[in-house]
Amino acid sequence: MKVPTTTTPPAAQRPFTTISGVPIEPLYSPDELHDLDPARDLGAPGRFPYTRGIHETMYRGKLWTMRQFSGFATPEETNRRYLYLLAQGQTGLSVAFDLPTLMGYDADHMLAEGEVGKCGVAISSLADMETLFRGIPLADVTTSMTINSPAAVLWAMYLAVAEQQGVDWARLSGTIQNDILKEYIAQKEYIFPPRPSMRLVTDTIEFSARHTPRFNPISISGYHIREAGSTAVQELAFTLRDGIEYVEWALARGLAIDQFAPRLSFFFNAHSDFFEEIAKYHAARKIWAHVMRDRFGAQDERSLKLRFHAQTAGCSLTWQQPYNNVVRTSIQAMAAVLGGCQSLHTNSLDEAYALPSEHAVTIALRTQQVIAHESGVTIAPDPLGGSYFLERLTLDTEAAALAYIRRIDEMGGMITAIEQNFPQREIANASYEYQKAVERGDKIIVGVNAFQSDREEAVEILQIDRAAQDHQAKKLAALRATRDNSRVRAALDALKRTAEGTENTMPFILDAVRAYATLGEICDALRGVFGSYQETSLV
Amino acid sequence: MSAPIRVLVAKPGLDGHDRGAKIIARALRDAGMEVIYTGLRQTPEMIVNAALQEDVQVIGLSILSGAHNAIVPRVMELLREKDMADVKVIVGGIIPDEDALDLKRQGVAAVFQPGASLEGIVDFIRASVPA
Repeated sequence: MKVPTTTTPPAAQRPFTTISGVPIEPLYSPDELHDLDPARDLGAPGRFPYTRGIHETMYRGKLWTMRQFSGFATPEETNRRYLYLLAQGQTGLSVAFDLPTLMGYDADHMLAEGEVGKCGVAISSLADMETLFRGIPLADVTTSMTINSPAAVLWAMYLAVAEQQGVDWARLSGTIQNDILKEYIAQKEYIFPPRPSMRLVTDTIEFSARHTPRFNPISISGYHIREAGSTAVQELAFTLRDGIEYVEWALARGLAIDQFAPRLSFFFNAHSDFFEEIAKYHAARKIWAHVMRDRFGAQDERSLKLRFHAQTAGCSLTWQQPYNNVVRTSIQAMAAVLGGCQSLHTNSLDEAYALPSEHAVTIALRTQQVIAHESGVTIAPDPLGGSYFLERLTLDTEAAALAYIRRIDEMGGMITAIEQNFPQREIANASYEYQKAVERGDKIIVGVNAFQSDREEAVEILQIDRAAQDHQAKKLAALRATRDNSRVRAALDALKRTAEGTENTMPFILDAVRAYATLGEICDALRGVFGSYQETSLV
Repeated sequence: MSAPIRVLVAKPGLDGHDRGAKIIARALRDAGMEVIYTGLRQTPEMIVNAALQEDVQVIGLSILSGAHNAIVPRVMELLREKDMADVKVIVGGIIPDEDALDLKRQGVAAVFQPGASLEGIVDFIRASVPA
């Protein structure tokens, strides 16, 4: 049955492309798959090249981790949200930090004015981290922390809380995002220039390989690249090329590939174009398996398996008719699951407005539970494997991503490419093209450029007031007055000397953290040695 | 033909999400305006100084982090101090309705919330800057 619409042009007049602008044929059949060798290109789930998934039984054996990214205002308030989410059946924690924390400033810094607790929780010292995890046994949860430029410092705080709880580091399980390259490329929350930043990342990878065998010291992230407006192929290619860069630095440090590669993890966007997204995840696993085996000579099977977290696309959420966002998120989450994710965050319906309310975040979690327990898609590994359309898309996505990776190799690697603004320019162009397609009505956003409605749909908004900033500033003043300041100074001096040399900074960051040196003090010490980064802004 | 409208697109605060600012800058340029993009992490002082030096008629502020109530009033205050109250300030980003009204009361010419069309923004600037 045809449903007539008056507000949009007939579908036949619109170009048939994916949301990334990839042209799509009228029909896919075996003829379009003449170059597919199922044994070579797909394999079986749990077998090289892992196109169909990294586990033989996939979700029959173990569901993905339902991990809702969360953090706001003070550590006290966020701690209460975590205890609530765990009680609701969430299986892992994921910490969102506020902008001052992400940028390495304490809550009472001048530049933190108006930003404390707004986009996440404010953490300025070990004391805040202790409060954040009060009543949560770190041996029993897995914790992901979205922190990049100052990742080593926040991770040291987490390790110090584990020490206080008497938990052996070897038992700790979790992830720090710690992906600085995508900050220069897309999200722009950087502090230091690229090379010293890469040294810090390599310090954490090395430290992790020796002391925290179950912790992922990095989550190589395409999510933010996509949110900045890239295509699916750009997200995939730049992320995997970033991964190659981290591997090369760790090898140059003297680590053996199989010593650290099994703990590299990935993070992708789950956008709205259902099949394009699933193809992206399938191609990601296949490319990475080949890169690790053929380019780096990895032998441990775990090194070859690309494990990834997915988050539904924040940039797809609309301010208009916000309840439609539940539907968008469900479709996107389904794509991530059919793509074989290991953990998943589903966005809340109110996130185009603010950080989510407790009500909205519960619906988002229930969305995952419905997919897991009611939809039936978990019953067979990779149920879409062999689809003519999907497999054609996967092969094309792979080829296009490999072409980008080769181009960046030829430029001399990702740092050079970033310095030449290559990925930044590619993303800005893609984002502008998409926006123009929306303006023309070639791409429809329900409720925004079609099917608009005058009826207001009110949503309950989480408000963060100034009280969080004042509360955090007061606690910082008390901390600075009561801690052993000579111990703090000695620890910061030792850290500076280490940063000037080549020794691993992690033990010295840990000492500073244990002495209750603040995040801002530690980052200032490192700024003094490494300098700060300013990008050349191109439009 | 009159001289092109000069616009400063600025990204204040700690937030690095510059997708919107960059799209706006390009759209205004494609519409024939002269656009100066400040780049990231500009303080209100830096923004107003740049506006003065570049002699712009319009300042566009892109703020997604929720810090608009701390940043925008300071920009308006500095513009008044420097006798630049004729410069039109427009704000784009995640600005709740209540806050948008408040910002307009303080002299902001327009607030563009998520989903605003590029065409609408271009038209608004053309209509509000005297030729």
